[in-house]
Amino acid sequence: MSNVAPVSDGSQDLRVIRVVVNGETHTGMAESRTLLSDFLRHELGLTGTHVGCEQGVCGSCTVLVDGELCRSCLTFAAQVEGSRIETVEGIADGDELHPIQRAFQDNHGLQCGFCTPGMLITTRALIESNPDPSEAEIREHLSGNVCRCTGYAGIVAAVQQAAREIASADGGGA
Amino acid sequence: MTTEVLKVTRSGDEGVLPATNTRVLVTEFEYSRPASVEEACSELAEHGDDARLIAGGTDLIVQMKMERLSPARLISLASVSELRGITADDGLTIGATTSVRSVARSAPVLERYTALAEACESFSTVPVMVMATIGGNIRNASPASDSAPALLAFDAVVDLVSKSGERAVALSDLFTGPGKSVIRADELVRSVRLPRCGAETGSAFVKVARVMADISKVAAAVRVVRDGDRITEARIALGSVAPTPLLAMEAAGSLRDKQVDAALLDEAGRIAASESAPITDVRSTDEYRRRIVATIVRDALESAWLRAGGKEIS
Repeated sequence: MSNVAPVSDGSQDLRVIRVVVNGETHTGMAESRTLLSDFLRHELGLTGTHVGCEQGVCGSCTVLVDGELCRSCLTFAAQVEGSRIETVEGIADGDELHPIQRAFQDNHGLQCGFCTPGMLITTRALIESNPDPSEAEIREHLSGNVCRCTGYAGIVAAVQQAAREIASADGGGA
Repeated sequence: MTTEVLKVTRSGDEGVLPATNTRVLVTEFEYSRPASVEEACSELAEHGDDARLIAGGTDLIVQMKMERLSPARLISLASVSELRGITADDGLTIGATTSVRSVARSAPVLERYTALAEACESFSTVPVMVMATIGGNIRNASPASDSAPALLAFDAVVDLVSKSGERAVALSDLFTGPGKSVIRADELVRSVRLPRCGAETGSAFVKVARVMADISKVAAAVRVVRDGDRITEARIALGSVAPTPLLAMEAAGSLRDKQVDAALLDEAGRIAASESAPITDVRSTDEYRRRIVATIVRDALESAWLRAGGKEIS
């Protein structure tokens, strides 16, 4: 029993899930009980989304669903049928790091890196809704993303740098 | 709680991914996504106790993972758009699947129902507040709910709908115990309504927890209506200090038609503490909770009084 995939154990409850992930249409099979985190990782092979606490606390599994923050470990794949999903794989532009990624690198905002996918996605949502966040706003917004290496100072500095760079790029590019 | 180690293969030809420690839900269930309240009610009428509605899922899926709940059917409200949104009329009507974050950030809530905005803002971490819904929070009937004391302080009324009809229940009559309410298995929470709040009203929510995003050790929401230097009407609602969110009626009554000063608010806090019935659990002790009730009720009353336009309390 323990070597059987939940998506291919002969269950009658399989359904086709069609989603747009990082701009590309993907289809995969899921049972009703298949979590979005498992669907992304095991069915679509997008293992950038990490699974930590599995109860919505740690934030590693955070993705955007139709632009809104979402704990993919607390969402069934069936619930996002037809939705637009953004995962950490969609942040970089090919080999070109996104300013958020570069800022995390510059500021030592990742240590073991496990929490980083959730941090990046949550940061992206923050900067999109609030282009110039204060340190308090950054800390509040990221309070649902736990870094067990406790590298928060670097993470906050990274978010501040990313916000500045994105703002100046937007201003300069207009 | 069981943790199964499953080796998961990926469909397609990419081969086998490494074994993972993801906890796969043990029981299967049917999943449906009705498009309207009417359809959802028909499904509830058919499946009743075996079914659960799912909106945000932030509590339900945790319960399912812990095998405390194993519904045979999940009825998603994701496509029932009529349940989402806030309507400001004379009072306020909040659709059941409106996110807690939307409530916290809603202009009419921030302007007139301050305690509710504060309660929803301190509810949890941002992503959970984005997912969790006000209706789900009511239906869970947690004694530690943050939204419930705030809604109680505003005399909220919950609109329930089922295939057999509709009814409105005062929130103060809704909760019957931890996780229990008078909501029937075939009923759906459509909305929660708050009566009008005038300019002479002030409210505040105060919560004590390790960090704000945590479940409260103690929470208090208060509302006062001011006339000159007096309070003409007051509500004091408490969370995490009784089997249900609690209205401290005697404490609120002690404020009525009295000139407001520090002694009056201190006394109301003390009475509220005596009306609470806390227990000792993982988050706090009964003694600490009772003492803190007195303090935060007093503090919340002062904030609410000032917000109602009252004079500084010396």
